[in-house]
Amino acid sequence: MTATVETAPPAGSRGPVPPAPEGSTTVTVRIRRFNPELDSEPRWDSFEVPALPTDRVLNLLHYVKWYLDGTLTFRRSCAHGICGSDAMRINGVNRLACKVLVKDLMSGGGKATTITVEAIKGLPVHKDLLVDMEPFFEAFRAVKPYLMTTGNEPTRERVQSQADRARFDDTTKCILCACCTTSCPVYWSEGSYFGPAAIVNAHRFIFDSRDEGAEERLDILNDVDGVWRCRTTFNCTDACPRGIQVTKAIQEVKRALLFRRV
Amino acid sequence: MSTTVDSPLELAAPRSPQRRPARRGNFELYAWLFMRLSGLALLVLVLGHLFIMNILDGGVHRINFAFVAGRWSSPFWQFWDLSMLWLAQLHGANGLRTVINDYARKDATRFWLKMLLYTATVLIIALGSFVIFTFSPDVGS
Repeated sequence: MTATVETAPPAGSRGPVPPAPEGSTTVTVRIRRFNPELDSEPRWDSFEVPALPTDRVLNLLHYVKWYLDGTLTFRRSCAHGICGSDAMRINGVNRLACKVLVKDLMSGGGKATTITVEAIKGLPVHKDLLVDMEPFFEAFRAVKPYLMTTGNEPTRERVQSQADRARFDDTTKCILCACCTTSCPVYWSEGSYFGPAAIVNAHRFIFDSRDEGAEERLDILNDVDGVWRCRTTFNCTDACPRGIQVTKAIQEVKRALLFRRV
Repeated sequence: MSTTVDSPLELAAPRSPQRRPARRGNFELYAWLFMRLSGLALLVLVLGHLFIMNILDGGVHRINFAFVAGRWSSPFWQFWDLSMLWLAQLHGANGLRTVINDYARKDATRFWLKMLLYTATVLIIALGSFVIFTFSPDVGS
């Protein structure tokens, strides 16, 4: 008999639970779990996690994974709001877990705080908070999000005025986190809709003075699954962690289609 | 010890396009534009209709066969009612079409719901237009 069997930390664990930091309060993190090998239906798990007001929701998820339940599965890469890996539904709205602070989720008046975390909606769940992003990227690729030109390559850079650059500046900020697309009610019920993120990335090239593929992209977005599906509910604009005016971008594509003028 | 699990995570040919190529047609654009313009027109037509029918000169209590016959003897009111009928029907039908497109899960359900909708729309527009054009005030006497 060896003692190591009993004391060995579970897979994914970083060792024993560290002492709660000074000034922390215990919050309840409710996570919607799904393990395709064990569960037929998703289930809710709750964890008690000590949290500082300056902690991000991602820190709470790390705490759960490292010290409480190593089987918790979620994506995150840079953890600083750049890569867009950790999009999830936090307290019912799509956010990046690395950009939401605990102090903004605290319930006032000394009441116990519960933070609910779910996978983003509208994409197939692989496990826990991990979804299959392929339908999302498939729509992204379908709008041809790359520079399209004709003629010979210039020997110098393609010059553009500041005003021309400013025309599509907002939509260059997209990090493809899928917060917007998976907040869209039309996308939830009809996955064939291109979704806000694909339209944003089409907008980025349609209104680029150096690009010559605007007509082609406008035709793609003029179809039954294109921009006319948008009901302007503004969920996408509210969800975007980069502050892109997504609904406005979609409306600008509609206007370009309506007047055939970019 | 290695365990083999039938992976539910299939990624067969992940980069093959699954979308139909875009059709060159402006139907969705015109449908969208029609919804906005007919909505504006209906605002005037329907509110005017409600005002005349329900508020002006004693409202609903004065409506009878003679009242309708009197109004439809004027081409202006015939045109008003006809445009209201057509715009409201097409506006409503297009709205329901988008609702069906958004919420029907199966292609067959979508197809039959839309067929039902189009049939109802055509029937009501045809019947309404027929009444407005062939209405005769003598029919009651």
